[in-house]
Amino acid sequence: MDKVELSISPFKCASINPSINTSNTRKQRERSGNNKYRLTSPAVSAHHAFSIHFARTYRMNTLLQVLLEIQETFLLATRALVRIIRRPAYFAEILTQIDRIGVGSLSIILLTGFFTGGVLTLQTVPTLKSFGTQSVTGQLIALSLVRELGPVLSALMVTARVGSAISAELGAMSVSQQIDAMRALGTDPIRKLVAPRLIALLISLPLLTVLADIIGIMGGWIVAVSLFQQDSSTFLNSVRNGITGDDVIGGVIKPIVFGFLICAISCRQGLTTEGGTVGVGLSTTRAVVLSAIMVIISDFFLAKALQVVLNVPT
Amino acid sequence: MVSTDFELQSASESASAETANATVSDAAADSTFAEVDDRSRTVPAIEFRDVHLTFGERVILGGISFVVQKGETKIILGGSGTGKSTLIKIILGLLKPDSGRVLVDGEDITDYTEEQMMSVRHKIGMIFQEGALFDSLSVYDNVAYRLHEQNVDEAQVEEEVRRMLRFVNLEDAIEKMPIELSGGMRRRVGIARALVGAPSVILFDEPTAGLDPPTARTICELAIKLRDLEDVSSIFVTHEMNNLTYLTGEYAVVDDSGEVILEQEGEKLCLINTKIMMLRDGEIIFSGTDELLRKSDDRYIQTFIHGK
Repeated sequence: MDKVELSISPFKCASINPSINTSNTRKQRERSGNNKYRLTSPAVSAHHAFSIHFARTYRMNTLLQVLLEIQETFLLATRALVRIIRRPAYFAEILTQIDRIGVGSLSIILLTGFFTGGVLTLQTVPTLKSFGTQSVTGQLIALSLVRELGPVLSALMVTARVGSAISAELGAMSVSQQIDAMRALGTDPIRKLVAPRLIALLISLPLLTVLADIIGIMGGWIVAVSLFQQDSSTFLNSVRNGITGDDVIGGVIKPIVFGFLICAISCRQGLTTEGGTVGVGLSTTRAVVLSAIMVIISDFFLAKALQVVLNVPT
Repeated sequence: MVSTDFELQSASESASAETANATVSDAAADSTFAEVDDRSRTVPAIEFRDVHLTFGERVILGGISFVVQKGETKIILGGSGTGKSTLIKIILGLLKPDSGRVLVDGEDITDYTEEQMMSVRHKIGMIFQEGALFDSLSVYDNVAYRLHEQNVDEAQVEEEVRRMLRFVNLEDAIEKMPIELSGGMRRRVGIARALVGAPSVILFDEPTAGLDPPTARTICELAIKLRDLEDVSSIFVTHEMNNLTYLTGEYAVVDDSGEVILEQEGEKLCLINTKIMMLRDGEIIFSGTDELLRKSDDRYIQTFIHGK
């Protein structure tokens, strides 16, 4: 373990990540074994020892890199939350971001919600009909949307639209030294750039999700009534009876967590961009892919946690 | 007799002239001694003590030590990738050294956190290679950035912004966006932005790279005025010999009509407030005046000066 290369970040940025120990001295590095290809034992053949050591080092580095990345991403978002309360407060910036993220995403969220509700009805009614349970169509659509599809699809759409924009914007600022300039002028980029975006996402995403849920149920209702000639009041009653308060609470908690993840990942990727315009492209791709994956993975664990916390029957 | 009267008269004139000269000399001496006795002026504006920095296996700075005194301009010469820009990023705390100490105004900033560095950065103005203007803000907002952050009254902000833009001769561009500016104009807006708040130290990171000669000359003139008229300490990172010729060969004075003019150093004068430091592979290979640099026998230095 002591031979593993621990200085993961190749760029010794003193910067927005004070937690990374960048002030390691030569002696410290020598103690930690900076020479990662040093042989473990003179008795072992050099090539074999090199291969084993390289493989171990590589694996450990990858694992450490992933852990470090997770740690730094969460620290970035946590610092942004903590620093919101410090002056100067960027209220205007927060409102601008709410406008860009929330109001700007409204149309795609409504479209996604409407057609998701519609296609869900289109696909499930024939099956329900075969069991003679088409009267619970409203309940099925509402539960699917409120518990899962609304939060997840809204988060994915926001990831595509907002996460990419955040990462690209901050990435472009990084490579053109605007972030350095901001710091040189005495401004904390976390408070100025990350915190307003985080607040905006934490406020906007739950609201967008609730709207997506409502519009989705409306889409399902229109399809059920117009294409399957279902009774309108039966559908709406089924919706009303099918959703509980806990479902709504769970459906709002999820987008808050997703918003936190999307912002943390996108900002982290943007602020650590290196390598010019190519780097901006890469960090944007990474931000979108990582955010989308994290939304899907965390959705599973959140669903399980909510089942336990809210005592939802499993 | 006539001659005696003349002798008496001239003796009397000479005595009064001596008295006047003595008064002037006393005042000058007092002023000089006051300046020398001012302890704050004896503390270097910037000091590096055996600073090392490596990126992986690559040595960027290998034990750099130097001092920039108050009101002094240190020109850092060197080819690309010799650690010039890295060095000034360390002063700003944008990078941390592996070992060694860095002092700004006598304050050891080596282990300062990002929060602690914020107060140090108020004393420093930085001019980035490409200007690093905020794309989303107008020229006015870029220059006013520091004041807006400090919630200064808008009337005062506008006055200060206009004053700074006048200094860099760009007041007409106040409403423009950075994308509408030429490379030279962007650098000059960057200079105006860095000067807001009257920082005592200015760091120039290759401010003339990629500019046409007249614009590069304008940037150097601004640096000369800051050095000679505003008493600003500065580090001027460059690899262009023209910049060195301007900065070490000319000085700014205010003439009788109140106009700022640049005068040549000439044969009888030697500017002592501008020194040169040359880096090669992260190490200092020369430190001294331009005269010594030009006389150096070092092959690398001669190649750098003459380009062959």
